[in-house]
Amino acid sequence: MTSWIEIGALDDIPRLGSRVVRTPGGNIAVFRTESDEVFALDDRCPHKGGPLSQGIVHNKRVTCPLHNFVIELASGQAVAPDEGCTHTHPAKVENGIVWLSVRQAAAVS
Amino acid sequence: MLDKVTKQKLVVIGNGMAGIRTVEALLERAPDLYDITVFGSEPYGNYNRILLSPVLAGEKTVDDIMLNTVDWYEDNNITLRKGETISMIDRRTCEVVTDAGDRVPYDRLLIATGSNPIMLPLPGKDLPGVIGFRDIYDVDRMIKASTDYRNAVVIGGGLLGLEAANGLMKRGMNVTVVHLLDTLMERQLDPVAGGLLRKSLEERGMVFKMPAQTQAILGEERVTGVRFGDGTELPADLVVMAVGIRPNFELAKKAGLYCERGVVVSDTMQTYDGRIYAVGECVQHRRQVYGLVAPLFEQAKVCANHLAMKGFATYDGSVTSTKLKVTGIDLFSAGDFAPGPDKEEIVLQDANRGVYKRIILKDKKIVGAVLYGDTIDGPWYFQHLRDGTDVSHMRERLVFGAANLGEGGVSGQNSVAAMSDETEICGCNGVCKGAIVKAISEKKLFTLDDVRAHTKASSSCGSCTGLVEQVLAFTLGGDYSAAPKVKPLCKCTDHSHDDVRRVIVEQQLKTIPDVMRFMEWKTLNGCHSCRPALNYYLLATWPGEYRDDQQSRFINERVHANIQKDGTYSVVPRMWGGVTTPSELRAIADVAEKFNIPTVKVTGGQRIDLLGVRKEDLPAVWADLNDAGMVSGHAYAKGLRTVKTCVGSEWCRFGTQDSTGLGVKLEKFMWGSWTPAKVKLGVSGCPRNCAEATCKDVGVVCVDSGYEIHFAGAAGLHIKGTEFLTKVETEDETLEVIVALTQLYREEGWYLERMYKWCDRVGLEQISKRVVDDVANRKALFSRFAHSQQFAQTDPWAERASRGVDRNEFAPLAELELA
Ligand code: SRM
Ligand SMILES: Cc1cc2nc3c(=O)[nH]c(=O)nc-3n(C[C@H](O)[C@H](O)[C@H](O)COP(=O)(O)OP(=O)(O)OC[C@H]3O[C@@H](n4cnc5c(N)ncnc54)[C@H](O)[C@@H]3O)c2cc1C
Ligand code: SF4
Ligand code: FES
Repeated sequence: MTSWIEIGALDDIPRLGSRVVRTPGGNIAVFRTESDEVFALDDRCPHKGGPLSQGIVHNKRVTCPLHNFVIELASGQAVAPDEGCTHTHPAKVENGIVWLSVRQAAAVS
Repeated sequence: MLDKVTKQKLVVIGNGMAGIRTVEALLERAPDLYDITVFGSEPYGNYNRILLSPVLAGEKTVDDIMLNTVDWYEDNNITLRKGETISMIDRRTCEVVTDAGDRVPYDRLLIATGSNPIMLPLPGKDLPGVIGFRDIYDVDRMIKASTDYRNAVVIGGGLLGLEAANGLMKRGMNVTVVHLLDTLMERQLDPVAGGLLRKSLEERGMVFKMPAQTQAILGEERVTGVRFGDGTELPADLVVMAVGIRPNFELAKKAGLYCERGVVVSDTMQTYDGRIYAVGECVQHRRQVYGLVAPLFEQAKVCANHLAMKGFATYDGSVTSTKLKVTGIDLFSAGDFAPGPDKEEIVLQDANRGVYKRIILKDKKIVGAVLYGDTIDGPWYFQHLRDGTDVSHMRERLVFGAANLGEGGVSGQNSVAAMSDETEICGCNGVCKGAIVKAISEKKLFTLDDVRAHTKASSSCGSCTGLVEQVLAFTLGGDYSAAPKVKPLCKCTDHSHDDVRRVIVEQQLKTIPDVMRFMEWKTLNGCHSCRPALNYYLLATWPGEYRDDQQSRFINERVHANIQKDGTYSVVPRMWGGVTTPSELRAIADVAEKFNIPTVKVTGGQRIDLLGVRKEDLPAVWADLNDAGMVSGHAYAKGLRTVKTCVGSEWCRFGTQDSTGLGVKLEKFMWGSWTPAKVKLGVSGCPRNCAEATCKDVGVVCVDSGYEIHFAGAAGLHIKGTEFLTKVETEDETLEVIVALTQLYREEGWYLERMYKWCDRVGLEQISKRVVDDVANRKALFSRFAHSQQFAQTDPWAERASRGVDRNEFAPLAELELA
């Protein structure tokens, strides 16, 4: 079952940017694309844990600020030839409000 | 996805290196546009023809040199019709006809039929045992002959002939090379290098008969010998003709396409029939035909671009370089090395080491190079040749190579070939030679970019780039020269930095999306490489007008602090000219305690670094520092960093001028400016140079009679002393020259290109002319810099600490307490 939590207004996240949501299980990065889609990932790069929320967002990808791994926002997968995966969390926008559903597994890890 | 019925049909004739490289590039750009069919006479997938020589020599197998197996074609929905030859192109019905009479329609046709070996029209040329050296079939026959027979004659002492001779010799045959002229590889080598080459091949057992003209090939059922113009004869069980290649354009000619020495194509690789393209050895472009892969790969890229309907790229010819793929012989040749009245030569000859180098200069640029025995610097000379670098400032050291000029970087002087597999090549990412070699051979990597992507080597600081290129060259043999001539800004575009800067001005482009739209970017929002570059170019071109795009800034410049490995930040306040006060120090101490900042460190740039600050604390830390009168030190910026000074005439018994005061003045005038890469200054009060001014981007050395201005130094990845620019008498002139110099760099430098690299590329003399000699231009540059400073000199910390700029950046969007 998915339980949705309201986390704020879409306008509070810059286009091609990201904001952080704090949780007891670690930070979650919420990204906004150019076309106003939102995606949520654990704020930890699969490489060496870099904060993905601080990276440059392009199309539906983000480049980690520490060593330039490129991560797919939708799947959390590192773009080949890099390898690794970051947990994703369901996120959606309704009437300008962003909703997040935190997956337990991820919140614990 | 379009289905097969509605897709346009692309037919490719020739399953060789140029044709398939075009298809690969097309798939990258427009994977779904065409329904592709490839015809190839040879019964294989696509292989690396260049590496036939190592296969013949027994150093590689046929499997090793396969580039695309049959599966690759399937995976990409390409119909491969191997073993089928096209015998006719019917332009009227837009069909090709196979030798079995099958007709296949096309909307677009690509001719990539390569070339054929020239078989001299000698009596006996059709006897069994007389072959060319072009494909796997030829190599198989040579290998077979080497097990059954003893004596081989290779006709032709060029690249191909010598590689064939070497291979056959390695396979145990007695080999004689017959050459018409008295210099081997005369197209690539001068007589001295040709002589050295001959000597070392003779030492390995190769026999030469030259100059000599072959008159007939003897034999009844099979070749038994060769007769020469002087009447002498040699026994031979195998004759390899390697006297040259002839572009294979019969098919095109029969179809009525205009041909001269090859199929004539335009700058977009189209023949006179716009639906028909041609690439590779079979084409003639601007009167030139090519027989090496590097130019063919450039053609392939342009052709793919046009086929993908992104019609902006054009091909404008190539300069080529050659390496001989005979293990143990180092030979490199590039460009035009024929002597001439307007050319100058620099020659180094060391008979004992067997080293010979000849660099040919014209108008202060390298136009040709021949290296024998020590070819490590081949790619480096070639790069300068293609870039048209003004090399006058390094002329006297040029012949000693990159390492000697400090360009090789920290570890650039070692020869890659001699390194063990465990030798670390990339210090940043801990990648050793063995791992790179393995990735290149297993994953079939060709380019520096491939290697970066797959191994991470050279992807960080880049100081090992030269070494990685050497590993590539050494692993791939002669195939590595495939780097494009004009470097594109990044993978999102084919345009170079210069193109982009020029078009921004010409077309008055004022936003990143505008630039991307106008220049047909291949990706939606660019990437982490091009967006910061575009942001800088727009900022530098339209001061006051362009609105800085925060989302296109690397994190450090977005939050005005340096990100650390644990996600915290470091804060470096400006300390003008390295001078501080007790109250500033007290404020720094207080801030460190108040925010529990774990490390306080003196930097290498004469100021203090507070390390380990949490992001959300940054605005409050800055507010406290601002209160004590301190502003951002821009330790994170592609902009003015530090101005290091020494104590100078104020205190020092040797000081000739007020170096500290001048440093502070420069820093106060120039802080806040954005530049292509970081800019560091130094001002020393006398030639003892305690501020290390002569290894900075710009350095001033004070002397009794005035100020010596130096620039283009560095002491990071590369160590390079500065170049002397000029000497002036007053502080004001010093400021004017330095500011004008920096502005020229701001206007013309490529993003991330340090001042010394820019100077290398553009030439000291060019810069000096415009900044020193042309006084009016200097003043104009100065005032453009001053104008843009109006908009740049606001302290980014103060804006964020007390004026609420970018507030969202520093606070979380939400805090959740999950059950
Ligand atoms: C803090 C400092 C080391 C120190 O503890 O002393 C430092 C720290 C970093 N340097 Fe440096 N460099 C520091 C002085 C230097 C110096 C010495 C100097 O300026 O006199 C050099 C050699 C001089 C030169 O630049 O030629 C230096 C050459 C580099 C380089 C190589 C640049 C090059 O083009 O060769 C890099 C890498 C880069 O910029 O791409 C670099 C990059 C870095 C980065 C920004 C790495 C990064 O991307 O995170 C480090 C940031 C740490 C931080 O958070 O502050 N740092 N770095 C020094 C800060 C000076 C300051 O007050 O601003
Ligand atoms: C032994 C050897 C060593 C070399 N070493 C180097 C080197 O060190 N460095 C370098 O840069 N270059 C080297 N070259 C040259 C390089 O291999 C060529 O420049 C390159 O392969 C040319 O590519 P292409 O696609 O134009 O032709 P090819 O690779 O020859 O491809 C043409 C293909 O088209 C097929 N074909 C022709 N006509 C038809 C038809 N009518 N129907 C169907 N198929 C047809 C042919 O069978 C062939 O497979 C070497 C070449 C050889 C032979
Ligand atoms: S501070 Fe400079 S030298 Fe030290 S680890 Fe970082 S980048 Fe390397
Ligand atoms: S931590 Fe993200 S790339 Fe290294």
